[in-house]
Amino acid sequence: MSNHDEIALMAHLMRRAGFGADRDQLERLVAQGYEETVEQLVDPPADVPRADIDELFRYMPSLASGGPDTTPGAANWLYHMVNTQRPLEEKMALFWHHVFATGNSKVDNDNHLIAQIDMWRDHGMGNYRDLLVMLAQNPAMIYWLDNHENHKRAPNENWGRELLELFSLGVGHYTEKDVFECARAFTGWTIGPKMPRVPNHRFFFQYEFRPEEHDYGQKEFLGHRGNFDGFDIIDIILEQPACPRFIVRHLYNFFVADETQVPAWNIEPPRDPEAIEELAGVFVDSGFELKPVLRTLFNSDFFKEAMFQKVRSPIETVVGTLRMTGDLQGVQRELPQVSQASAHMGQSLHNPPSVEGWQTGRDWINSGAVVGRINFVADRVSNTELPGVRRIVERVAASNGQQMTADQLVDQCVDLVGPLDVSEQTRLELISHATEEGPLSWAGDDNWSRSSERVGEMLALIAATTEYQFG
Amino acid sequence: MTTSSKDPVLVVIQLSGGNDYMNSVVPYADGHYHDARQGGLRIGADEVLKIDDEFGLHPTMGPLKELYDQGDMALIHGVGYPNSPRSHFRSMDIWHTCEPNKVGTEGWAGRAIRDLDPAGENPVTGVYIGQGLPRSLVVSGVPVASVADLSTYGLLTSIEQEQQRDKMLGRFVNMYGRAIGTGAVREYLGRTGLDALKGADILKEGLGRYSSEVEYGTEQISRNLRDIATIHCADLGTRLFYTQLIGFDTHANQQPVFEKLWTDLSRAISDFWDDLRAHNADDNVVMFLFTEFGRRVRDNGSGSDHGAGGGCFVIGPNVRGGMHGEFPSINPKDLDQGDLVPNHDFRGVYSTLLEDWLRLDAVPIVDGQFEKLSFVDPLVGAA
Repeated sequence: MSNHDEIALMAHLMRRAGFGADRDQLERLVAQGYEETVEQLVDPPADVPRADIDELFRYMPSLASGGPDTTPGAANWLYHMVNTQRPLEEKMALFWHHVFATGNSKVDNDNHLIAQIDMWRDHGMGNYRDLLVMLAQNPAMIYWLDNHENHKRAPNENWGRELLELFSLGVGHYTEKDVFECARAFTGWTIGPKMPRVPNHRFFFQYEFRPEEHDYGQKEFLGHRGNFDGFDIIDIILEQPACPRFIVRHLYNFFVADETQVPAWNIEPPRDPEAIEELAGVFVDSGFELKPVLRTLFNSDFFKEAMFQKVRSPIETVVGTLRMTGDLQGVQRELPQVSQASAHMGQSLHNPPSVEGWQTGRDWINSGAVVGRINFVADRVSNTELPGVRRIVERVAASNGQQMTADQLVDQCVDLVGPLDVSEQTRLELISHATEEGPLSWAGDDNWSRSSERVGEMLALIAATTEYQFG
Repeated sequence: MTTSSKDPVLVVIQLSGGNDYMNSVVPYADGHYHDARQGGLRIGADEVLKIDDEFGLHPTMGPLKELYDQGDMALIHGVGYPNSPRSHFRSMDIWHTCEPNKVGTEGWAGRAIRDLDPAGENPVTGVYIGQGLPRSLVVSGVPVASVADLSTYGLLTSIEQEQQRDKMLGRFVNMYGRAIGTGAVREYLGRTGLDALKGADILKEGLGRYSSEVEYGTEQISRNLRDIATIHCADLGTRLFYTQLIGFDTHANQQPVFEKLWTDLSRAISDFWDDLRAHNADDNVVMFLFTEFGRRVRDNGSGSDHGAGGGCFVIGPNVRGGMHGEFPSINPKDLDQGDLVPNHDFRGVYSTLLEDWLRLDAVPIVDGQFEKLSFVDPLVGAA
């Protein structure tokens, strides 16, 4: 593999398993080796730090909690994503937020969303059975899907249904009777204390099991008969062949390539059925551990061959840009404001549009979002004061001696923001643009200054290409 | 599609946070009102701007009272839907998607824009003034221009030299125009990008054509309505405008907050209509104000909590001024958990606007048939 291909592959891994990496870091990682890098992402050593959350709360204590407004919680998470050195942890937290979509639109107590995301950060690469139990006992989820209204005498099916439809099996792998029996098994899995909310204060809910509300009767669920409770239900779910396939298809959709939208999955076959079978096998063999599946996924050929097969999500666009340009590093008072940028592009953290999560892929694109996303990136990559942009300029300047042709400028810039895979037509268009102002010189301060400005402009134009919207 | 300045236009103003309808249109003659409102929220009979023996507008609404007296403002009482969840986001979702029983993802205004311009010929058929896009305007494949500030709107705005930026946008058009044949998603992206840029160009051109004698206020809502007037007067074919004013969630300290909101809003609306009249561009416009819910009947000492039934305002020369529908009883025995019980489904209000004003079939847009009220006359002479 050529050095360019190795860098491109490493950049692909870091975009998917993280939020991208700058060229210095990519070179270090290539020297370290691909499989070793996968290993560090999947199983980071204890001394590799997360973002320093104590530092954040010392200066911006308001970002530790939230009520009806999701901005503090989204800013808190943005800080994690921009500053962590364990990026796959954040990506997996985001993954579970997509799959186990819970919205503060209804929970109306963002403390619980913050706590839920913290939980995915801590356990998101652990065991899927453990995650389902945590989810079933998570106050935000219980409130979001009304399980506190699920009583022995009056079962509420909301949680029972979504557990099967969206969190484990997918449509078509259970009957309405199974939904009802599932709901019965989770009666009494509730929250307390039920204190009224007032505008500026919310009480913290805790998970409670109330035996007097639990239905201890016999149930029939997915062909099994017994006096099941929620734990039994989860165990029976895990025996269904549909379960591992459904979850690894989510992983494929999130990390490898855009699938059709989830509601169509029982009609449309997977984009790569063999990949799904392979991952599902690993998932079952490991007893539903996430790490072996992720390791297999990132080391597979189908992953390595899937460069730019996904539309970048709004939050990937925002965090990737901030990390590439070195903007908003550490504790910054703009965190709350910037945390809403992805919301303006259609992805409001802590507030997925419904329990089905966000529709991804082409559905990220609309005319308002396109302007927002291109401008967000272009504003930053054209700002040559930002440390990450300065490093790119220095690399461009050092690449070809003191004089540089338009072709060289374009190829360098396309390389350093990716390497990006641009079509020949796009490349010629970029070159035509660069050619209008002739060759670049880096000799002397004036030339340097004008040339670095031209690099910034070229980066902005590249950020506006259709190719750049894929990651 | 051909559009003329005589096509009907709808301007939607979303009052976010839950406007206290009962303190906007005050049932000042009802003793129950005075019992319920004690904590500084009560508007006395000597303070309201009386519109009849029972009701009066809030004292800050002087400019709106003038519109009302001219017969250009309709008040629609008792609007809501059953089982109000009393949550802002959920309630707003319901208003946006017309889906009170499940979580919907498509917006009613987006569907209306699609039906107004089925082939998607004009990327500024629908224009939102604000950040992002409310869900009411989101329908996959329907372009809606989302404009935070018209004077700085556009792509690649960080490139300060205009000539340079124009050159880059020329490249953008070339690149996006060539996305055909590169796969479904890139083609769609290519088209969306071109729509966005075309929309920005059209709007920018419109900006150049507009000048006004009316001096708007400096508040955000004034600037937003000025942007809407600019685009409308430039005759760019926009049929549906949408903007919002936030801050109506007045749990505490309601009095000064509410007064400022309605002072600003009344002035902005009044300036807007003056401006349109001066441009002879008012006769094909209807303005519609809604909020996600009304507030609790009994105040909480300094503010009011989330309620259920609310009300809407509709303004314009084609509006049948006056009061429509029935103001729900505020007798405590008639309340539902302390809230007004709505008696007119919000989807009926939309249906009236969609069918009687925009001449669209409302049923597929609001997903059903709902009772309409006759608060607007069709545009005379329209195609």
